[in-house]
Amino acid sequence: MAVESVGAQQPARVAFYNDPKFRSIAYQVVLCVLVVLVVYAATTNALDNLQRAHVASGFGFWNQAAGFDISQTLIEYSASVSTYGTAFWVGLLNTLLVAVLGIVLATILGFTIGISRLSKNWLLAKTATGYVETVRNIPVLLQLLFWYNAVLKALPDIRDSHKFFGSFLNNRGLFVPEPLAQRGFGWVEIVFLLGIAGAIAFHLWARKRQMATGQQAPVATVSLALVIGLPLVVFFAFGMPLHFDMPQVGRFNITGGLALQPEFVALLLGLSVYTAAFIAEVVRAGILAVSHGQTEAAYSLGMKPGPTLRLIIIPQAMRVIVPPLTSQYLNLTKNSSLAVAIGYPDLVQVFTGTVLNQTGQALEVVAITMLVYLSISLFTSLVMNIYNSRVKLVER
Amino acid sequence: MKRVVGILALAAAVFVAQGASAQTLKQVKDRGVLNCGANGQLAGFGLPDAQGNWSGLDVDVCRAVAAAVLGDAKKVKFVPLTAKDRFTALQSGDVDLLARNTTWTESRDTTLGLNFTGVNYYDGQGFMVRKSLKVNSALELNGASVCVQQGTTTELNLADYFRANKMTLKSVTFADADQTVKAYDAGRCDAFTTDASGLYSERLRLAKPDDHIVLPEIISKEPLGPSVRHGDDQWFDVVKWVLFAMIDAEDLGVDSKNVDEMMKSTNPEIRRLLGVEGNFGEQLGLSKDCFYKIIKQVGNYGESFDRNVGAGSPLKIDRGLNKLWTKGGIMYAPPIH
Amino acid sequence: MTMSEGELAVAELHFVRKQTLEQQPPPTSMSGPVAWVRENLFSSPFNIVLTLLIALLALWVIPDLLRFVFFDAVWTGTDRNACLESVQHRPIGACWPFVWERLPYFIYGSYPIPERWRVDVFFALLAIGVTWLLWLNAPRRDLGVVYSFVALPILSYILLHGFAMIGLPVVDTVYWGGVLVTIVVASVGIACSLPIGILLALGRRSDMPTVKLFSVVFIEFVRGVPLITVLFMASVMLPLFVPEELSPNKLLRALIGIALFASAYMAEVVRAGLAAIPKGQFEGAMAVGLGYWQMMRLIILPQALKITIPNIVNTFIGMFKDTSLVFIVGIFDLLRTIEVSRIDPKWATPVTSTTGYLVAALFYLVFCYGMSRYARMTEARLSKADRR
Repeated sequence: MAVESVGAQQPARVAFYNDPKFRSIAYQVVLCVLVVLVVYAATTNALDNLQRAHVASGFGFWNQAAGFDISQTLIEYSASVSTYGTAFWVGLLNTLLVAVLGIVLATILGFTIGISRLSKNWLLAKTATGYVETVRNIPVLLQLLFWYNAVLKALPDIRDSHKFFGSFLNNRGLFVPEPLAQRGFGWVEIVFLLGIAGAIAFHLWARKRQMATGQQAPVATVSLALVIGLPLVVFFAFGMPLHFDMPQVGRFNITGGLALQPEFVALLLGLSVYTAAFIAEVVRAGILAVSHGQTEAAYSLGMKPGPTLRLIIIPQAMRVIVPPLTSQYLNLTKNSSLAVAIGYPDLVQVFTGTVLNQTGQALEVVAITMLVYLSISLFTSLVMNIYNSRVKLVER
Repeated sequence: MKRVVGILALAAAVFVAQGASAQTLKQVKDRGVLNCGANGQLAGFGLPDAQGNWSGLDVDVCRAVAAAVLGDAKKVKFVPLTAKDRFTALQSGDVDLLARNTTWTESRDTTLGLNFTGVNYYDGQGFMVRKSLKVNSALELNGASVCVQQGTTTELNLADYFRANKMTLKSVTFADADQTVKAYDAGRCDAFTTDASGLYSERLRLAKPDDHIVLPEIISKEPLGPSVRHGDDQWFDVVKWVLFAMIDAEDLGVDSKNVDEMMKSTNPEIRRLLGVEGNFGEQLGLSKDCFYKIIKQVGNYGESFDRNVGAGSPLKIDRGLNKLWTKGGIMYAPPIH
Repeated sequence: MTMSEGELAVAELHFVRKQTLEQQPPPTSMSGPVAWVRENLFSSPFNIVLTLLIALLALWVIPDLLRFVFFDAVWTGTDRNACLESVQHRPIGACWPFVWERLPYFIYGSYPIPERWRVDVFFALLAIGVTWLLWLNAPRRDLGVVYSFVALPILSYILLHGFAMIGLPVVDTVYWGGVLVTIVVASVGIACSLPIGILLALGRRSDMPTVKLFSVVFIEFVRGVPLITVLFMASVMLPLFVPEELSPNKLLRALIGIALFASAYMAEVVRAGLAAIPKGQFEGAMAVGLGYWQMMRLIILPQALKITIPNIVNTFIGMFKDTSLVFIVGIFDLLRTIEVSRIDPKWATPVTSTTGYLVAALFYLVFCYGMSRYARMTEARLSKADRR
């Protein structure tokens, strides 16, 4: 491009179709029109197809009687009176149950392995690396199938159950005594909650005092006493108002007690083990992101490796760890939908499986299911954004 | 720019094809092959062998339709369907005909957008248990765990039956038939429930078939039959009469071996069936000898039954209700007249 | 204090040695295997306990594993009797004859036996394409891109599906299965996700509000739901949205689902790469008068994609594993062929399932581990190039 005329000159007039503003608007209009057309075509096709096929539509099925049985229910559910709507809630709660427990287990396992990978103990570090490399590279679905088979096969038949402390373990699941509250147990619960509040208050007070005077208070002991000791005292004072519903061997099954189904255990194990490998990598990356000078500075102040990790490294690493950690939690929740492969009654199995089939209303059922997962995701990212803005490094 | 072109092409494709109509018979003839939704996992009803050759009672319905419509029983593409995706496959046009041991019920007939064309097997739901449990009746199953496949009428019947008899039920549901059987075999459940015919067929796949018995109770009516999409009466008639022709052929004593001799028969019913007299095939939009082709290539209903599920098969199921009406059963077809 | 003063002081002291001593080897406690063991395994009581615990764990797991895979394994046989403890009267490990007999099914599914050479040719063509693209020093990699993204898909389609005009009988997709389907699904997912992902990433960074909005909505929607629901949507709802005549077959539907899902994830990876390009690059490109697409094609994307190669490969690994989910919508991928085979009464034994799963696990492990090594190698190479 030669620079011939340097003097002030009117910019050459460009044809309107070369004007970036015009182009931008034109592109957008075309895009909008296309999207509208595609959506319109899809909708009319769907309506057309549904009508021709004479498929019922709408959400009327929500209040119809379900008529099928579900093997694990956290809320009141019976095949005779409950509706498809109730079945939906049963499935959703089962999903949330396995997701929450899975997140807890995966976090514990993942942090342990992530820190182990950085251990100076060669054997430990290599074992942790081997775990991560193996588990990460095998599809979670395969792992779930394996766990389910392993769990079912490793456990004895119901007639040769392992028995311990009034519990039974066999290939129908783990059956433990179920504590049932009796009169007066409400007081224990109230005292327990008060104890927690008290412990938090004491913790805050102790922190403030330490900031002000440098004196440390026995936070752990006092908290333990408040949260566990006090309710125990009340518990005994009311004459142990708790009754255990013991599981018993019935004609076919173990009856009574709390039951953990093998499908649930397999799903929980599979999801935790799989996600832990990813969390381990996140944790390792987070710890490595904290400059080594921090460790050296802590050692030179005379801190031991344990407290250094706990008080210096992890709090700083958390800033790097938390965002990818959250997305791992979301992945675990989404992966819990694979329950459908091993027969655990989660949202997808109950709702997108049985309900879809009994009603035949694919459109509505799949849409509702997607909406549920989408809400969980969006809610989590909202919380994440708030957290991120709070822990952002404040540069001074 | 590329994206715009891509979307345009997609939109154009979506629009262009909208005008076409849904004439299944014409589509099948033009295509030259019948798309048939079958089970794929159930011996006796629909199962491919290691070489991919399908056989079964339902499979024979598909073959018979292909023989009648296309003149060749081999011109069938079998699409294996699970209980879960069978109806959407039919609704969406993936298959022209669904012959997958499907129970005819009111709600399926009215709200799922399909029409049942008849019954090719009168079945009922039963239970299988381990002999070692020493259970002799389904009424003794109070408190038992039962493995059941999800999305079936079986699942609903099971809950109904236990409720009606005031028994408690622990059902364990799986998305697919294989998983259900495997879980029962592994001892996850005390009992396994499905259609009685299925029980006999699945028992063959257990590790030790002799350790299991089928209980005598039949807890439901399960008329199994082929179905087609709602709203295409011509196709509905074709499939309906293919099935009737197979039953009529058995009724009249015409089978694949004697069909050529029977062409010379003087019995007017046989002559009408084989297209020697009248133009009954043409009325359906098919050829005059379409029923002849069915019998020649596939056989009559009795042959098909015997070969796939009856005495001539490993299942050895008694014909029971499926005997002809003249022999104490309820298999009955309107006359070709 | 200066140096010369110190030297002077030393020279006057009689008890100071004048000549340097021979260098001695370090004490054995500080080097050699013993020291290594002490340093890396037994440095503190806590570490000693850990080491012992892991050693115990290894002693518990490894012999069992070896016994299952090798020592107790059954190597020959014609049916399940070979692998039944009650028949053989010895502990039974893996049942390899089952895998051996079922291997063709695991690889080709029900693909007609006389036509299976076509699948082999497809695997070979694919291997050429992959090597061409991944080998960073390969000649004419631009041709490789054309080969892999244009020629290969067309060739593969003709080869696998058939083309009656040139004498290749049509093999319907319902007969495809096993490794073939797994590879087809994974490669289609990978091949589609990159271009669509790049477009979506550019759309998300676009100045045009509607383009940005659509991109964001699509990406967030797909990333917010489990793959299994996307597959359900593709397999159950898609047929309703298009006219009956255009309704894609089962495999194609799953492919569409996988491609959409993978694109959304790829878009986020590419976006991260774009974000890492300094603003000066954009400004520089615009200053020399490049249009938007020229700027992206010549300046920005080459740099952005290069730094994201490791992440792209990691996304591919995830996708490769995720293809196993098509199993749930009834497609005969490797996992499903194994599921179907393991309940075949001919081979039903207590060890059949474990053996089958072991084979599948090994298959995925080899492929995914290979890809992740490649990603790490590229990463190292890129960071070396950066340092220069």
